[in-house]
Amino acid sequence: MQEGTRLTRSIGLIPSSVMIGIFFMVPFVLILLTSVSVPTADGDYQLGFSLEHFDRFASWFYIERALFSAGLCALIALLSLLIAFPFTYMLTQFGPRSQTVWLIYILAQLSLSEVLIAFSWQILLSRTGGIANILVWVGLAEKSFSMAPSAGAVLAALVYLAVPFSVLLLYPALSRLDRSLTEAARTLGASPLRTFFTVVVPVTRPAIISGGVTIFVLTLGAIIVPQVLGKPEHWTLSVLITDQAIFNFNMPFASALAVVLLVISASVIYGVTKFFGGKS
Amino acid sequence: MSGLIIEGVTKKFGNVTAVEDVNLHFKTGEMICFLGPSGCGKTTLLRMIAGLEEPTQGSISFEGKDLTRVPVHQRDIGMVFQSFALFPHLSVGENITYAMRIRGHSRSEREDRAKELLDMMHLPGVADRRISQLSGGQRQRVAIARALALNPQIFLLDEPMSALDANLREAMQIELRKLQQELGITTVVVTHDQTEAMTMADEIVVMGRARVLQTGSPMEIYKKPVDKFVAGFIGTSNLLPAKMSGENAVRVGSAELRVEHGAVGQPAGTDVLLMTRPEEVFVRPIGASAPANAVTGKVSFVRDIGATIEILVDCDGHEVISVLTPKDWPDVRIGDAVTVEMPAGACTVLAA
Repeated sequence: MQEGTRLTRSIGLIPSSVMIGIFFMVPFVLILLTSVSVPTADGDYQLGFSLEHFDRFASWFYIERALFSAGLCALIALLSLLIAFPFTYMLTQFGPRSQTVWLIYILAQLSLSEVLIAFSWQILLSRTGGIANILVWVGLAEKSFSMAPSAGAVLAALVYLAVPFSVLLLYPALSRLDRSLTEAARTLGASPLRTFFTVVVPVTRPAIISGGVTIFVLTLGAIIVPQVLGKPEHWTLSVLITDQAIFNFNMPFASALAVVLLVISASVIYGVTKFFGGKS
Repeated sequence: MSGLIIEGVTKKFGNVTAVEDVNLHFKTGEMICFLGPSGCGKTTLLRMIAGLEEPTQGSISFEGKDLTRVPVHQRDIGMVFQSFALFPHLSVGENITYAMRIRGHSRSEREDRAKELLDMMHLPGVADRRISQLSGGQRQRVAIARALALNPQIFLLDEPMSALDANLREAMQIELRKLQQELGITTVVVTHDQTEAMTMADEIVVMGRARVLQTGSPMEIYKKPVDKFVAGFIGTSNLLPAKMSGENAVRVGSAELRVEHGAVGQPAGTDVLLMTRPEEVFVRPIGASAPANAVTGKVSFVRDIGATIEILVDCDGHEVISVLTPKDWPDVRIGDAVTVEMPAGACTVLAA
């Protein structure tokens, strides 16, 4: 009986395993193989083993890019959680009807493509566009100026992109939060603000951690926003990968960079879940 | 005025009135039970005392201080929630001393108090455990200890026994009552369990359909319920349709009975209900010296459970239960015609 159920369970897993195998493992293996391939005489590359592309990565320029990318995405994860968490908490205090309306609205935000968002922000941050002129109008600036391209512009647009995701990632945990826990804290003398920090945040910590990691990995893959709103020094590793693959036709090096990116993502996920995510 | 005073309190959620015009006055140090079926407004009333809901109308005060607009965290209360609401991210000790941490007590002070409270709740040595490692009964004790950590003036419990199994429940009722008397703390317990209310309360407030139906000591409510709803909710009661036949008398079928309690003095001919408690009516075989104040009927079932015997008598289509001890056993069988003696002091007239 026990073995029978295990067998049927295994059979049930076959389609998804095959899907993941074909669509994720095969490309991944191809990238790995390409990243260690050796060049041929005519400028192409072939199967082999060489670490020359990783060697090329191990220069300050690329390492600095990798650190910048990781730092930028960590900051984005942090900022979007700081915005999304209080918002989502307040959202869960509303009635079920208005919650649904808000969630649909936020889901609709997700349908906006990165391209659209990047160019919208470019206009908003331009000299002739919105925000700078408003600053002049209220008297905070003397004359209009362009805010993009800049690191701040990249940050703003990526945070904008990440906030709806953060809300959706935090919503399940916050809406399941037992309301009697916060009420108990209130009867024990905690103000609403102290209740928020001593009960709501720690109880939903696993969701906050996994939400942060997801946002980190998600924005690490952004390629359009850094290009459109950033100077070359604000380009992330993903932009460089695109650059190598599409404009320099250097597939082996692009693959090597992709492997590095993958290693960064994997170690962040592993490290964060190991040190913060484990249910204590 | 001292004590806990609830004046003209009404609570509406949209169009629904959860609590309507409640006026209650309790003495300091009393144990009060709000008793009623689910949806009767008892929990809402408790939450208004806690400050978790704000009354739509009326005021709540304690020891002369108006609490109506005081926010929850500034009221001096301790509350035990139905689910216990223990913080899963904190250890048992940290749960108990949460209120002390909020008020800025030192770590050593908190550890001492946690130990003291756990000893008081007969749970020594669990301060470092996680909440998930505790049984239901242990969680309840921790919840009680947490609510009492700062010696609040008012102690509120929302269906505190509902998560426990039956044996534990009875033991905890007695223990909680002893603890409350020891501390002399004004306590309000919400329950739908009449035994719980009878075991613990100084004062029982019977609620139904958003209103207070009756307030009184457990025995007052048991002996003199004001209407058939209260009579049916507290204990088992025998209700027989009757007509007033005099100042202190009713007619049930052909029998005339004297009554001492309830809505006596109504005009003759008024339809009423005659209520008696099973342990106050006596079944006798017909033919023996016919007792006064009795109705006749036929035994329909006998349930002998050792310590007590229940005799069900069919009186003209209405069931009357008599509970006897074995030494009063009248030796009747199913189908026997019997008289059911209802002494005047045991008879209460209720509005039909």
